[in-house]
Amino acid sequence: MASIDIAGVKKVYAGGVTAIHSLDLAIPDGELVVLVGPSGCGKSTLLRMIAGLEAITEGTIAIDGTVVNTREPAERDIAMVFQNYALYPHMTVRGNLEYGLKNRGTPRDEIDRRVAEAARILEIEPFLDRRPRQLSGGQRQRVAMGRAIVRQPKAFLFDEPLSNLDAKLRGQMRIEIKRLQRNLATTSVYVTHDQLEAMTLADRLVVMNAGRIEQVGAPLALYERPETLFVAGFIGSPPMNLIDIGYLRDKGALALPEGTDLVGIRPDTIHLAPPEAPHVTLTATVELYEPIGGETHLHMRLADSGQLIIAAVPARTATREGAQVSLHVGLADLHPFNKETGRRTD
Amino acid sequence: MIENRPFLAFLTHLVLILGVVIVVFPVYLAFVASTHGSGDFMRGLVPLLPGPHLVENYGFMLNEGISTAGAPPLSIMLLNSLVMAVSIAVGKIAISILSAYAIVFFKFPLRLLAFWIIFITLMLPVEVRIIPTFKVVADLGMLNSYPGLIIPLIASATATFLFRQFFLTVPDELMEAARVDGAGPMKFFRDILLPLSRTNIAALFVILFIYGWVQYLWPLLVTTDSRYYTVVMGIKRLAATADAEPQWNFVMAAVILAMLPPVLVVILMQRLFVKGLVETEK
Amino acid sequence: MQAKRTIFPNKILPYMLLVPQLAVTIAFFIWPALQALKSSFEREDPFGFSTTFVWFENYRRLFVDPSYLNALGKTAIFAFSVTLLSMTLSLILAVAVNRVLRTNRLYTTLLVWPYAVAPVVVGILWWFMFNPTIGIAPYLLRGIGISWNHRVDGTDAMILVIIAASWKQISYNFLFFVAGLQSVPNSLIEAAAIDGAGPFKRFWTIVFPLLSPTTFFLLIVNINYAMFDTFGLIDATTNGGPNQATNILVYKVYADGFLGLNIGSSSAQSVVLMIIVIALTAIQFRYVERRVQY
Repeated sequence: MASIDIAGVKKVYAGGVTAIHSLDLAIPDGELVVLVGPSGCGKSTLLRMIAGLEAITEGTIAIDGTVVNTREPAERDIAMVFQNYALYPHMTVRGNLEYGLKNRGTPRDEIDRRVAEAARILEIEPFLDRRPRQLSGGQRQRVAMGRAIVRQPKAFLFDEPLSNLDAKLRGQMRIEIKRLQRNLATTSVYVTHDQLEAMTLADRLVVMNAGRIEQVGAPLALYERPETLFVAGFIGSPPMNLIDIGYLRDKGALALPEGTDLVGIRPDTIHLAPPEAPHVTLTATVELYEPIGGETHLHMRLADSGQLIIAAVPARTATREGAQVSLHVGLADLHPFNKETGRRTD
Repeated sequence: MIENRPFLAFLTHLVLILGVVIVVFPVYLAFVASTHGSGDFMRGLVPLLPGPHLVENYGFMLNEGISTAGAPPLSIMLLNSLVMAVSIAVGKIAISILSAYAIVFFKFPLRLLAFWIIFITLMLPVEVRIIPTFKVVADLGMLNSYPGLIIPLIASATATFLFRQFFLTVPDELMEAARVDGAGPMKFFRDILLPLSRTNIAALFVILFIYGWVQYLWPLLVTTDSRYYTVVMGIKRLAATADAEPQWNFVMAAVILAMLPPVLVVILMQRLFVKGLVETEK
Repeated sequence: MQAKRTIFPNKILPYMLLVPQLAVTIAFFIWPALQALKSSFEREDPFGFSTTFVWFENYRRLFVDPSYLNALGKTAIFAFSVTLLSMTLSLILAVAVNRVLRTNRLYTTLLVWPYAVAPVVVGILWWFMFNPTIGIAPYLLRGIGISWNHRVDGTDAMILVIIAASWKQISYNFLFFVAGLQSVPNSLIEAAAIDGAGPFKRFWTIVFPLLSPTTFFLLIVNINYAMFDTFGLIDATTNGGPNQATNILVYKVYADGFLGLNIGSSSAQSVVLMIIVIALTAIQFRYVERRVQY
């Protein structure tokens, strides 16, 4: 259990490519922080620098108060769960779990105790004497987590551990990981490109893009108040609609800050019936009626501009493709942005 | 990965440098010897630095050779080796690719039998059947000739297997599309399969060229006329004079010349060479 | 046996395509092999006029012939030593080259070219280095009190050919070990490092076990090489001597058959060698087919 402090960390590769521009992030003890972003944003690189698998070009990373820049992975007291599990194929599950403890000279009875405990928590007791190749993907993932747990490290590092699993399994494992982390209260850094996974797992969410941090905060905070255009478009599914402010000027009594030229509207804040609160009104033609089940996605073209927008409306909303509809969005649900800075203007 | 073991890094390079030295040193010595005059060896110790006679010695070996050893000038032997190596490489590739094509893309009775007959060649290196093979070649009147040097070595299981393996990975759709386009089997082979196989052919060529060049026992058996000696077998005659100590500077010049072509091929075409090695051993 | 799902319908063409290879194979491989088999059961009379069928007499004689048994022993020692020496050295070099990132290519180029050197040339090179009169090695050895003469001392001769043969194989083994090392997933190495294993421990507990398919494969190939591809090397250095000290099986076949003109014995030896090759190939194919899948 420990805090992780990342200060001014920069990563430049040998060819001159800057993967990470000066980053600062403070992760308090016991928190599950999720690093999320598109491929190549640097989230895995950052994780690997915490682990000691990549060198730090500038800045410091401290685990539990001690700067670990030059420490080998083994000396940092961290455990990692890899995307492809990285289980030792020539050892049994038990062998995989014991390996780290044996290397550190842990006494035999302590090893047995910890292995039994981890196997119990993760429900892998029946597999202890099997080889990894005899296990399914989900089982292997649990063994990988078991390997991390028995070490009782200062921090867990997860590198997209669920990417190789099918959707249903992913959902189940997500819950297990969250529950596990809560129980063990170990500081955890979790990397994923899946924004749904990020939203449901994180105590705090770190959205990264092109080697920089876009925004840090609780998942809902990022959802309800994205600070940058990138976060606005990345978090939330279906993605936020972005409409030019010129189009909206005559659609309602706007009172948006100076510098706003782009307005974001979340699909779930678009209503077909006019609300009580002050709102803007738009006209659009329905192009596609997508019944998802619990809700319906309407793909529509705005009148005059022809811009395609998406609304998430209640499941059995009465409309059909080709119909012209009136849309209403509360003024409070408008997210103002400046295109040039990419940032929120309020 | 962060590693704080500078000694290990130093040791690693030391090991590698030592390895390179072990690998290069014998050849370096040979090269040095080849650049000295004939008398320099009488002192009883081999010199360690190059001498001034490089052009002279090599020129002599290429043009005249050591006639007392019964070997022709090196230029003739080098030519024979070149003809042999290139022909074997080309020949092996040609007949193997055709056989692999037949086995993979056609179904016919005796297909399995043909496969096994080819497979058997793997288990019959020339060293294991020297006398009867020699007899066959002699009976066919192919001694002391290029065909005699080349043809018996041309059947190859490894090349056939390599092409077979590769052909199996060619998508069926390619063939079906070709047939729909009206292409017969030979047209498909020439216009589609062959271009696809280009890198494999190149890689194999490197390996087989070396194989053909380094042949020793077979040329030794089937050539008695010195005009057909290959450089690799001829070298031995130069070095093995029974009466006197061989003229090492000339012998080493010959050795360097004998080594040069295949070594150059490996170094210049390293990637293809490695690919060829790894593919043929699967 | 696998064929493609879609095939061409021609019936004659495949045979025509196969004719060149089958013709050469049958004429120069199968027929001579059968001839060798036949000769091994016969004995020529001293004048070469007639042959008598003698069943397994030639074989029986072989296995009680001290020089043949000697050849068997020498071959075993030779093959074992070359394999051990060459594979160990190349493994060390492969591990080393895998650790250096920038100069990797350069070292590799410098280490692989001996593959292209003919065995007989290798023999001459090392013979030159160990030449009792002007060789550099005997000179250095004399300096530390060891006298060297492989023309006279059987052990010296065996050491010479072992070293020479191993030298040539280093590059081949090196290449395959490097490929094998690279096939070990990097994430496993990283996981082991995080699990507290230092470089040496990582090698012995993770890398080396996972290298076993490559190791086994090279074992077979090296034994094959030592037994069959080293003919030129022996011929250039010791000619099987002195006094049978390096008369390995493949050399003996040539010596007895071509030089000694004992066709029956040489054929029997050929057949024995064939059986050994078949056994080695069978092991190789069976193991390669069942390549351990992790």
